[in-house]
Amino acid sequence: MTTTPQRHLILEQICDSEAATATLAAALGTHLQVGDLVALRGDLGAGKTTLARALIRARLGHPDEAVPSPTFTLLQTYDDAAAPIAHFDLYRVEDPSELVEMGWDDALADAIALVEWPEHAGALLPARRIDVTLSFGDSEGTRRVTIERMGNWDGRLHEL
Amino acid sequence: MNRMTILGIETSCDETAAAVVRGSAGGPADILSNIVFSQFDEHAPYGGVVPEIAARAHIERLDAIVGEALSVAGIALKDVDGVAATAGPGLIGGVIVGLMTAKGLAAAAGKPFVPINHLEGHALSVRLTEAVAFPYLLLLVSGGHCQLINVAGVGRYEVLGSTIDDAVGEAFDKTAKLLGLGFPGGPAVEAVAERGDPRRFLLPAPLKGRSNCDFSFSGLKTAVRRAAEQAGTLSPQDVSDLCASFQAAVSASLLDRTARAFDKFTARFADAPMQLVVAGGVAANQALRARFGELCEARGAALFVPPPRLCTDNGAMIAWAGLERLSQEGSEGGGERLDAPPRARWPLTELKAT
Repeated sequence: MTTTPQRHLILEQICDSEAATATLAAALGTHLQVGDLVALRGDLGAGKTTLARALIRARLGHPDEAVPSPTFTLLQTYDDAAAPIAHFDLYRVEDPSELVEMGWDDALADAIALVEWPEHAGALLPARRIDVTLSFGDSEGTRRVTIERMGNWDGRLHEL
Repeated sequence: MNRMTILGIETSCDETAAAVVRGSAGGPADILSNIVFSQFDEHAPYGGVVPEIAARAHIERLDAIVGEALSVAGIALKDVDGVAATAGPGLIGGVIVGLMTAKGLAAAAGKPFVPINHLEGHALSVRLTEAVAFPYLLLLVSGGHCQLINVAGVGRYEVLGSTIDDAVGEAFDKTAKLLGLGFPGGPAVEAVAERGDPRRFLLPAPLKGRSNCDFSFSGLKTAVRRAAEQAGTLSPQDVSDLCASFQAAVSASLLDRTARAFDKFTARFADAPMQLVVAGGVAANQALRARFGELCEARGAALFVPPPRLCTDNGAMIAWAGLERLSQEGSEGGGERLDAPPRARWPLTELKAT
């Protein structure tokens, strides 16, 4: 018997500016706890890192925190008393087996994980997660943002 | 000054590397061997066939790489005066492999171990091959790094600016991907740009005119995407023109940021000759190099660009940083250094001179 993973749409919104996306990211961030994983999906330039940056800065309470792109470093970590944040970028990962030595399991257990290019995690991507999908809108700076819950969240994240 | 022979190990990201360097502090030094896995021609340890090993599987490669480094250098482990290894920043799994291996080798040889910050390796690398005195301004530009740093001495670094989003090498790679060019993206974009018109597409030179020395390249990525979409189906000439325009925008931004850093350098080191070191994989881009040459000539500055093999991650720069540190610090403190932990995050500005 196969179980279809539960998928629940939390919200879908057109953000007409980077600031609007940042506000949404901050709102999402307030609901997250250690052990949660947010998968960030979208084409090159769609704004995955920009959204992650806004979420991290909001959670840390540091609007000027340096949050460089993890494309080459693969993982950037942020210390925080409430919950450390592990920001992964799997763009350069060719095989999910690489995730083991990157400390994937520890990060998922001990931090809030933000994962760009989650497709490259294969079967290691947990069934229980948040999927954020970004796509280009009609005008420059506009993005369509879709936020979905996957799996069992025990009533958490019903809405933002 | 005593000449020392140092074995250096680097495993903090993609590359598994080891090298043996012999010289005295101040440089230049002799690179007796510089073995990097991605260019490892010797398949002898594997019986002529390199097995399929996953990316960054340092633990499976390092022994052979270290063995090759010692062998090519013509020395045995007992002949080294110290062992240096990257202790961070980077991917902690890989860092641990290099760190523990180096500590074990140092202990076995009865020689000091020196933990090295990867960025410090890049910062000091120019002195391996050129007699460059402190202070100098360093522009570090690669896939994963984009920083302007005043280098006043070993352990004396002032970060003037860094990227707020994408690194330069990353911008080249993603532009190549957007335009369907090959991998690695940087050389592909550069090659195609040679035939292109840099003025055809008006792309923004990010942060140009700002008074700080930070960089930003993610907006340029979306500008390239938009320009490509507006152009419709792209002919090879369209792609060449887009690459040339992209490269021109990157160049304008890098030059602007660096020129501002020149001002900060001369304000801080009023009596020192102006020296610019451009290091990192992107330094291999000849078009950018020409622009930097022009900037330096206009400002009366000397320009140094380390050879490509020393610009990408390598063990020689780690060995060299180890040599410079050991010369400065001496071999006391060996116990503390053997306790050095692996660090995923290790800002350059936390380092101290001794």
